[in-house]
Amino acid sequence: MSVEVRIPTILRTYTGGEKIVTAQGASLQELVANLDSSYPGIADRLVDEAGLRRFVNVYLNDEDVRFLDGLGTEVTDGDSITILPAVAGG
Amino acid sequence: MRFDSLLDSVGHTPLVGLPALSPSPDVRLWAKLEDRNPTGSVKDRAALAMITKAEKDGLLHPGATLLEPTSGNTGIALAMVAKQRGYRLVCVMPENTSDERTQLLRMWGAEIIYSPAAGGSNEAVRVAKKISAENPDWVMLYQYGNEANALAHYETTGPELLADLPTITHFIAGLGTTGTLMGAGRFLREAKPDIQIVAAEPRYGELVYGLRNLDEGFVPELYDESVLTNRYSVGPRDAVRRTRELLDKEGIFAGISTGAIVHAALGMAAKAEKAGQRADIAFIVCDGGWKYLSTGAYEGTLEEAEAALEGQLWA
Repeated sequence: MSVEVRIPTILRTYTGGEKIVTAQGASLQELVANLDSSYPGIADRLVDEAGLRRFVNVYLNDEDVRFLDGLGTEVTDGDSITILPAVAGG
Repeated sequence: MRFDSLLDSVGHTPLVGLPALSPSPDVRLWAKLEDRNPTGSVKDRAALAMITKAEKDGLLHPGATLLEPTSGNTGIALAMVAKQRGYRLVCVMPENTSDERTQLLRMWGAEIIYSPAAGGSNEAVRVAKKISAENPDWVMLYQYGNEANALAHYETTGPELLADLPTITHFIAGLGTTGTLMGAGRFLREAKPDIQIVAAEPRYGELVYGLRNLDEGFVPELYDESVLTNRYSVGPRDAVRRTRELLDKEGIFAGISTGAIVHAALGMAAKAEKAGQRADIAFIVCDGGWKYLSTGAYEGTLEEAEAALEGQLWA
């Protein structure tokens, strides 16, 4: 499974400035672990013991994974993951 | 329809069917035209409710100064209500918002303090909190955490929707302060336990997410994830495409954030159609397109519009 992951500006220090990277895994959990092996330290910025960090939003093909299966959300070849910090609207 | 004053006319907006956008007679889309409110946006409901509540709580005296972080519509609505009720309003607004918003705010008598573009509304909230601490006699209604904001939709938007569309199966709105979705969503869920409450969240250009660190992220105090069934992130290209489609097929001239909502609504409609389920999908038209003409979203190709919106707070 190869999935495209969009990295927000704030986390590009981990990816050497790369905006879009690829990662492998059948679930979001595996994907994050795989990302961390390529870009050490990035997983800790995304998840804590309770799951996704409060100010981190992750979208699978534009849908918020918190309304899918969270870190257990399945991903398949060709999917797109977008990571964004939570921001205000209004 | 006759009302005693402009403020009495807030709400009671039309719900119109969208025969050309609806996929079939069994899966229908409906638009609630919140641009028909006095200042032209859904925010009139929250602004009126928050000021009325503050008056009841004894927080406001004649000539009091209100302070609010806002990307535009809430500020414009508050400015109108404040002017009617005799209060001064100071708005903290990100500098990367459309010029029309500045002109409208000033027209209704509001004073504007600009916050830096980087960080978007998060930065406006931060600046407003700082100013609030320095001016303890000013009243910050704080739309992101003010229960009266969500309550306005629980008491008005929700009941209006249910009365006009008793067969409603989906409700879709934009996610900003989360007030519309929390309030109307809770009301509709109580009446219709199986209803889907869907959020369409605008996805901006990178500048807006340019926080210094993740701990500066922001989740409105009003937000309760359990009210929602789905949440979609919609980028400027899809939002502009759907804004144009809504005008082209149904004649409705809406703002760009409404395009993001239409995108999510059409996604839900396609799912229902595929599953062979009957659906009555109602969504919010937040405002008209007038305030966004200068952004470039309404002319040229989609590519040009998308490029023009880069770095702007378009919702």
